[in-house]
Amino acid sequence: MADPTDPVPPGVTPGMTPDMTYGDAPLHTRMTQFAPHAQALGMTLVSVEKGRGVMTTPWREDLVGDPETGVIASGVVTALLDHTCGLAINSAGEAPIPIATLDLRIDYMRPARPRAGLTCEAHAYRMTRSIGFVRAEAWDEDRGDPVATAQAAFMLNTRS
Amino acid sequence: MSESPFASVDAFLQRVPYARFLGVRVELAGDEMTAVLPFAPHLVGNPVLPAIHGGVIGAFLELTALSQLALAQPGRRVPKTIDITIEYLRSAGPRDTYARAILRKVGRRVANVQVEAWQESRAKPVAGMTGHFLLRNDG
Repeated sequence: MADPTDPVPPGVTPGMTPDMTYGDAPLHTRMTQFAPHAQALGMTLVSVEKGRGVMTTPWREDLVGDPETGVIASGVVTALLDHTCGLAINSAGEAPIPIATLDLRIDYMRPARPRAGLTCEAHAYRMTRSIGFVRAEAWDEDRGDPVATAQAAFMLNTRS
Repeated sequence: MSESPFASVDAFLQRVPYARFLGVRVELAGDEMTAVLPFAPHLVGNPVLPAIHGGVIGAFLELTALSQLALAQPGRRVPKTIDITIEYLRSAGPRDTYARAILRKVGRRVANVQVEAWQESRAKPVAGMTGHFLLRNDG
């Protein structure tokens, strides 16, 4: 069972550290404290490297989607996938740029286990001048047995 | 419990802790349902714009689809989401968001549902969604 206080969630190889900087604040600060909804869910950044990021979010009573089983809501999975995809895009470039999600497709393979938190890894596998393409997976205990997978496209540099 | 359509969908939303966490509620005009997501600070994803988190918009669209299915099939078990595709059209500002769903097909086992969300003007949607939902006819 995933322990939300465990710094290394199941399925994640420790070693990478969230010490990349983004703007004037570390990336992990920007991805958590600066995003009120990520903070409200209790998301934490586990690791980041160029074009890849891992984030985790804990199980909580008020985030349950099925009160009969105590399984976390699929909406929380959606938010975690979207947020981690944004992290992967943000870490792919040299400098921080404003981005916008164009579309996000999510396949729900199976419900998470009751009272289990979630971990998500996203990979920005292709970056063009204006578009970033990302794939992501979310799991509860076993990296090889995902709860959901996602495919997303982001528009880059939306302010220019 | 009342058997009215509103009671069945309201009961669905009240039973789901996550729907209460977001603050989602529904309004009915006859058989036409509008889901409402009142703005709240904890829904913000980008405080600079500011904009509601894309994941929140996605979750709201999915809950709208599930509410419309609850309305169409009172008393049935909540369907399981198979897949959703969310299209983001405009940044969702710090305002109330509304959504309506169309049941494009409700088959024996699977439903295809399309949802659109807007804020100030219905003609300027902020996001759309198409999803497939597994219907559970065993209770």
